[in-house]
Parts: sequence; structure tokens; C-alpha cells
Amino acid sequence: MKARVHISLKNGVLDPQGKAISNSLHGLGFDTVLDVRQGKTIELDLTDMSKVQAETEVDRMCQKLLANTVIENYSIELVD
Amino acid sequence: MKAAVIVFPGSNCDRDLKVAITQSMGHEPAMVWHGDSELPETDLIAIPGGFSYGDYLRCGAMAGNSPIMREVVRKAASGTPVVAICNGFQIATETGMLPGALLRNADQSFICKDVDLLVSAENERFVGGFKTGQVIRFPIAHHDGNYFADDETLRRLENEGQVAFKYTTPNGELTDEANPNGSLNNIAGIYNKAGNVLGLMPHPERLISKELGGTDGRTFFNNLIHSIA
Repeated sequence: MKARVHISLKNGVLDPQGKAISNSLHGLGFDTVLDVRQGKTIELDLTDMSKVQAETEVDRMCQKLLANTVIENYSIELVD
Repeated sequence: MKAAVIVFPGSNCDRDLKVAITQSMGHEPAMVWHGDSELPETDLIAIPGGFSYGDYLRCGAMAGNSPIMREVVRKAASGTPVVAICNGFQIATETGMLPGALLRNADQSFICKDVDLLVSAENERFVGGFKTGQVIRFPIAHHDGNYFADDETLRRLENEGQVAFKYTTPNGELTDEANPNGSLNNIAGIYNKAGNVLGLMPHPERLISKELGGTDGRTFFNNLIHSIA
């Protein structure tokens, strides 16, 4: 079982890196870009377990370490 | 009077902190490794600046979960004074000892310079050596010092005297120009609700003698040590 955790800054939290990327894209002529938010993806290789169990386990990991819920949102994607 | 400095892999201000505390206390603090699960008997805990665990994942995230921090959080909850500087501040927010978080500096750059700070709230233990409203000078050296908290937390910090220091002009004006990193409300340092934990991005341990360019840091540590001893 593999899990992918997507972590992004909450709305309203300043994202200076996203802003810099946006500026660079505009510099390259990509005027279609309105806004950029940068996040991160963490891939986890897990022992065999049910999807429900994996969901619970990875959620606990996010709460304890992987995400800082003061500033970040996270979503969990399970991959067989 | 006994003090302990916590040392993580990647800490780089731990020895400066040792020098500053030794100068004010008259003897050396204990240097406690992050992997230890017990603190020696201590009246003050200092969490130093640096790049603990290489700033992997988020600044302070890994250090916040190290064995010694469980013990530090427990001691802090029972009233032991804790001063958490720079990366120490980041670690303290990650553990929940202090509210909010430190984001990447608004202009994306690593900033290393002396800054003027307004002493914003009374707290005899930490800023008894200064007057409230006084402007003092400590250096900053960080990439992620942009203080963030939600509106409600921010209001509470302001209303309940939990804002320790604010970035200011030399004459005490809290302007955007005086704010080096985009911190909300120019916040440079905060206290926890009980007032026994101080987190700050600036480095008082780096200005402890005239030869280093100033002595406001020495005043800070002298007061801190003498108010506890």
C-alpha cells in the first residue's frame, strides 16, 4: 500500500515561494497565470493493511508530524 | 541557579548561548543532547538557534518531536522558564508551547542584521531589565521568521500582553519599513499565556559585549538570570 500526502498552505497564509514562482512565470510571458500556491507531496510506502486502517494511520502521521495544521491543509491519497 | 541549553543536530547558536548564560550566571549551563529523554535539574531552559535537522520538512518540525522536547514541554507546563531563540522559537511553536507559526520571510531572502525592537509587554522575568516601550537592539539571522497566527490568536496575544517584542523604527514607530520579514503586527517575540515561555526570532546572545557591537543582550540575560536565581 502506498499513500500520497498532499500538503498546502491554508488560504490566507502568505506563500512567498508561490509568489516568486508566479513572478517568474509572468517574466517568461505566461500571462495566463493568476496566482501560484506551492505545496509539497510526501509519498509513503506502507505495510499491507486495509484502506480504512491506512487512512487512519496516515492521518495520525499528518497530525503528529507531516503537516502543521496551524498553517497547512493536507489531503491523503491511497494508491494500491 | 542552574540552566540547561538544549542541543540538536544542526544547532549553531548553542555555544553562543552558553557563553551568554555563563557570563550572566557565573558558571556554565548544562548542555543537553536532543536524544536524551531526561533533563538535569534546572531553573531555566534555553532552546538555541540554528538549523536543527537541516530544517527538513518544516523548520523545527523534527526537533519538536525529539525525545528531550517531550520533557521540555512537560517542564514548561509546570512553570519552568523557557527562552526559545530563532530556531528555538520555531521549535516551540511546532510543539504547541507557543501559538502561531514562523513562515518563510516575505521577500524570500535570508536576513542577517541588527534590528530595533520595541519592548511591548511587561514581564519581569524576561524584560525586567528594560522599560515597556523602550527600543532595544538585537541581531536577527533567519530565513523563516515571518510570524503568523490566525486573527483570534493575534487578538488574544495583543490584548493579553503576550507580545514581547515588535520590530520598530529607532524612535518606536511600528512601520512596514521597520518590519524585516513580513511578521503580522511586526511581531518579533511572544510569551505563552502563563508568561514563563518566551519565543523570539532575534538573538540576544549575539550582543553581549561592547566588542560585539552592543550590550542589550547582556542586559537581557543578566535580568533573566537574576530574576530566577
